[in-house]
Amino acid sequence: MIDFVLQPWPWYFSGPMIAFVLFLLLWTGKSFGMSSNLRTLCAALGAGKKVSFFQFDWKAQRWNLVVALGAVVGGYVAANFLSVSTAVVISESAIKQLNSMGIQDAGQAYMPASLFSLEAFSSPKTLLILSLGGFFVGFGARYAGGCTSGHAISGLSNFQLPSLIAVIGFFIGGLFVNHFLLPYLL
Amino acid sequence: MRTIVYFAIGILFGITMFKSEAASWFRIYEMFQFKAFHMYGIIGSALFCGAIITYLLKKFKAKSILDGSEIVIADKASGWKRYLFGGLFFGFGWAISGA
Repeated sequence: MIDFVLQPWPWYFSGPMIAFVLFLLLWTGKSFGMSSNLRTLCAALGAGKKVSFFQFDWKAQRWNLVVALGAVVGGYVAANFLSVSTAVVISESAIKQLNSMGIQDAGQAYMPASLFSLEAFSSPKTLLILSLGGFFVGFGARYAGGCTSGHAISGLSNFQLPSLIAVIGFFIGGLFVNHFLLPYLL
Repeated sequence: MRTIVYFAIGILFGITMFKSEAASWFRIYEMFQFKAFHMYGIIGSALFCGAIITYLLKKFKAKSILDGSEIVIADKASGWKRYLFGGLFFGFGWAISGA
């Protein structure tokens, strides 16, 4: 049991666990969606004074900020206390491909150090890539009204056509960047 | 009390995202390259269970465990442009930053 927890979780355990989180949030009268917190944070920081999109009762959404804060703590706990190794063993062919693109730690780390490490922050190019990614994630998720949790899990579980359209968009956009842009960006 | 409940749910979610490796840039890269079933298995099984959960909560008009109010699972507003173009942008970012 302990050993199972300490290893990377297989998909058939991870997926139902995510659904369990969805269940807990619905059962406590809320909904499952992480990116709405971005709007809540902007509103809490006073963006409502300038932009009507941020004029809403953000205090009613504080519970979700607490969930997001918990998720950060949970990620820290999992990385530092619930893992024997945090290396993500991806497929051999993906490792080879990433190595040829200059990412040497594929298969040995949780995420590429060339993108996500303190040293990477001193590289203007890396900062630009991350800012670009962050902008797209933030703007896209809010414009689409949800991200992977809100649309792909909550929305599709409720058979919502808008969520299906959004998820198709996620994949068209992701496939395009992954195949045609990432080789030049990295 | 409620704050503790939501904080605990968040911790569970954070642990799940980390241990499932769904929060790993490498897994997202691999997913978009169709080189492993892992991410598709996670999303697919989460959806399968999520759909059953959502259906049952609606069918039995379940009440909130915290205050007994009826659980309302809101429909998304209709339309397609926002969803498609917002989705495209999110996809760009997903592939770059892996989040």
